[in-house]
Amino acid sequence: MDNHNSEHSEHSEHNDGHIAEAHHPSYGVNVLVWIGLLALTSITVSVSGINLGSLALTVALIIATVKTMFVINFFMHLKFDNKVFKIFVGVCMLIFIVVLVLTFFDLTFRYE
Amino acid sequence: MSQNLDTTQQEIHEVHIHRDDFGSKMGMWLFLFTEVLLFGGMFILYASYRFIYPNEFVLAASELDMLMGAINTVILLTSSLTVVLGIVALQKNNKKLCLFFMWVTVVCGLLFLVNKYFEWGAKFHHGIYPKGPALQDMSEGEVMYFGLYYVMTGLHGLHIVVGLAFIGFVMWQIKKDVLTSTNFQRLENAGLYWHLVDIIWIFLFPLFYLIH
Repeated sequence: MDNHNSEHSEHSEHNDGHIAEAHHPSYGVNVLVWIGLLALTSITVSVSGINLGSLALTVALIIATVKTMFVINFFMHLKFDNKVFKIFVGVCMLIFIVVLVLTFFDLTFRYE
Repeated sequence: MSQNLDTTQQEIHEVHIHRDDFGSKMGMWLFLFTEVLLFGGMFILYASYRFIYPNEFVLAASELDMLMGAINTVILLTSSLTVVLGIVALQKNNKKLCLFFMWVTVVCGLLFLVNKYFEWGAKFHHGIYPKGPALQDMSEGEVMYFGLYYVMTGLHGLHIVVGLAFIGFVMWQIKKDVLTSTNFQRLENAGLYWHLVDIIWIFLFPLFYLIH
């Protein structure tokens, strides 16, 4: 993050914009994340074969969320990115969950 | 501009271009949030109808080919990896390797669409389409499931097409050296879009294919 800021001030003398710098690009980490994602996919497929009843949906959603976290943090570089993007994504997810929960308040009580 | 006349040629060049990678990335993320709004609304609709018709959804989902869904998941995850590897290659100034990885991504995207074509084709063949004969004998919940299935996977497929066009445009710019190892933000933005499309599939797959 420090590199980022100093880079910004260095360039701001002659360019108002921010020039992006590569952050130690590496093939290996991304391949590992991909292997992890494939493993989680095979877990979610095999788990769906077991009769978990009402837990099945929860397990599937938890695995999908973990996969999403891997994609966002590593493939979309959010882990190495400016804090403002992390706050953005957090607020976006929060709004989605709030709307989902409020919808279910309606659904649960409407059909009682 | 006049105060910059004593600076080097390269710096004057930068002033002319006025590049703002941070702003570019932020614009892309803000756009992605509008996509979350679009698909988020549909996921909430799905959740609501699954809540109302839990058994009908299980029955309707048995029509879907889980293997096909799993193969498409692997294809999309792999294409996401190759986009990232393409970015790494460009950052390491390896244009050839970057374009190779991007080509693999394009092939994966096309394979996904081909699978989708066969999948939808099989459904049509069984009379499962809007106002189709098979739907006449189904319950309201099953009809709702297939309605959501077509709209959500259809819109997702459309995003794959748009993503492929975006990636194709960026590849052309890499080929023409418009995008280089020091100017790669647009490639990253194409990647961000592609990863979002991947994330949407990560949720579509268990919600439509893995219900028992």
